[in-house]
Amino acid sequence: MPERMFTLLIWGAALLVTGALLWLLADTVLQGVAHLSWAFIVDAPEHAGRDGGIGPILVSTLCILGVALLVSLPLGLGAAIWLAEFSRQGGFLGQIIRLSLDVLAGVPSIVYGLFGNAFFSLFLGFGFSILSGGLTLACMIIPVFIRSCEAGLSAIDHGWRHGALALGMSRSTAVWYILLPAAAPAIIAGLMLGIGRATAETAALIFTSGYVDRMPESWMDSGRALAVHIYDLSMNVTGGNAAAYASALVLVTLIVLLNVLAQAMTDRWVKRRIFSA
Amino acid sequence: MTINNSTTAYTLGNMTLGQACCTPVPHLQIKKLSIAYAGNTVLDDVSLDIYKGCITALIGPSGCGKTSFLSSLNCLLALIPQASVTGHIYFDRDDIIHDAIDTMRLRRRIGMIFQKPNPFPLSIRRNLTLPLREHGVRNRYLLAEKVEQALKDVGLWDEVKDRLDGSALALSGGQQQRLCIARALVLEPEILLMDEPCSALDPIASGVVESLIKRLQGRYTVVIVTHNLAQARRVANYAAFFWMKERVGTLIEFGRCVNVFEHPRNPLTLAYVRGQAG
Repeated sequence: MPERMFTLLIWGAALLVTGALLWLLADTVLQGVAHLSWAFIVDAPEHAGRDGGIGPILVSTLCILGVALLVSLPLGLGAAIWLAEFSRQGGFLGQIIRLSLDVLAGVPSIVYGLFGNAFFSLFLGFGFSILSGGLTLACMIIPVFIRSCEAGLSAIDHGWRHGALALGMSRSTAVWYILLPAAAPAIIAGLMLGIGRATAETAALIFTSGYVDRMPESWMDSGRALAVHIYDLSMNVTGGNAAAYASALVLVTLIVLLNVLAQAMTDRWVKRRIFSA
Repeated sequence: MTINNSTTAYTLGNMTLGQACCTPVPHLQIKKLSIAYAGNTVLDDVSLDIYKGCITALIGPSGCGKTSFLSSLNCLLALIPQASVTGHIYFDRDDIIHDAIDTMRLRRRIGMIFQKPNPFPLSIRRNLTLPLREHGVRNRYLLAEKVEQALKDVGLWDEVKDRLDGSALALSGGQQQRLCIARALVLEPEILLMDEPCSALDPIASGVVESLIKRLQGRYTVVIVTHNLAQARRVANYAAFFWMKERVGTLIEFGRCVNVFEHPRNPLTLAYVRGQAG
């Protein structure tokens, strides 16, 4: 009997979680799909977003995400490699950095927004711009990304490291050809988490990349992100619900597409590392 | 015969008994080697010669420093934080502990096989070409030739020639270990260090790897750590018996394998090889 209870509980928990997610998705799809059209995706918004589309907003979102990834990927990977492979085991510096990253990963995004506004927008003079927004998002993604990559690298069997060294291979070769491909699943997981967080972010972007819903003309232009647009439509614009749902549907689809793309690119990269003679 | 003018060949045990299996020309000379981790000595005052082209087995109970000793021979121990090595290891006129040597080159000349087979998570071919490329071999034909030769040397060629681009991790444990040996051999080392290479394998795979090790005799100098006394007897020309004295590992007896097993000079060795101690 306890066995049956246990099974029931586990099934219940699993169903509850998937159910909630499915409901959320179904709600978004059902309410959003009516308003969705090709014109909606490419047109500029009119009447504060009640009419028209989300073309410029989509472009701004991708640009902000691009800046964030361009900065956080190399920095994050480099830091993770240093922490996992080159820092002294149990060393003071490594511990301090890990602790700082864990604290930073837990900081609310609004705080990143204020920091980004003070540092990138005002102090560095980037103003309300795609650049400021992207850099702020990068700051936000990096701690989680580093810890995820580091965990992936640290979980790798020591046998491979010793094997590579015993063959007289340099540590950079070992990292590049053996350890990074082996840690690829963890790196992807960290990347997807980052993409998800960055694309869904509002609080950190309101003060940094701003509200302007025109098509951006350069990195220094202000650009409204999709999540900010949804927030604005649902909170400040009466009669904006239909457009908000449609935008949410686009946002969810975008995140799924980006994840698939990241997975495919990493797969290709790993295959090339493994099989090229 | 000596490698280094200031040192002479070091042997223990009665050398007149038993058949001469290979000429005792020292390839590595170890003098007063001690190893400590964070100030705790684990191996103390070991002096011994490793003879060229011979197979030397290191036997003794767990924890007496055999593996530490083995990994000091290719400077792998130096990578462990807080490990310190004192004494001398002479190889080709250099003292690899004190002289400034190129450890990458040294490790190319002194290969190592680990207890747990550790083929890289790459294709079978790439497991062999990656170290070759690292050491400057770029020519495609030469690479292919060396890969084939190394796989033939370990008797793996017929088993894997049709799936060289398949994952090395799909091989069985015994095949993986032979691939690791091939990966070491492809760099044409002079010495091979083996840390219990058969202990993670089933008896049949273990037998295959053992016969392979036997065939290496003469072409390579082999130092093998093993807990399998019968195996040490079957493959080795020389045996070194390590034991714990007051929680510190030390070398008790070194000599021709047959002497160590049949006519040990030290009562501890006798007790160990007869299974009465350890």
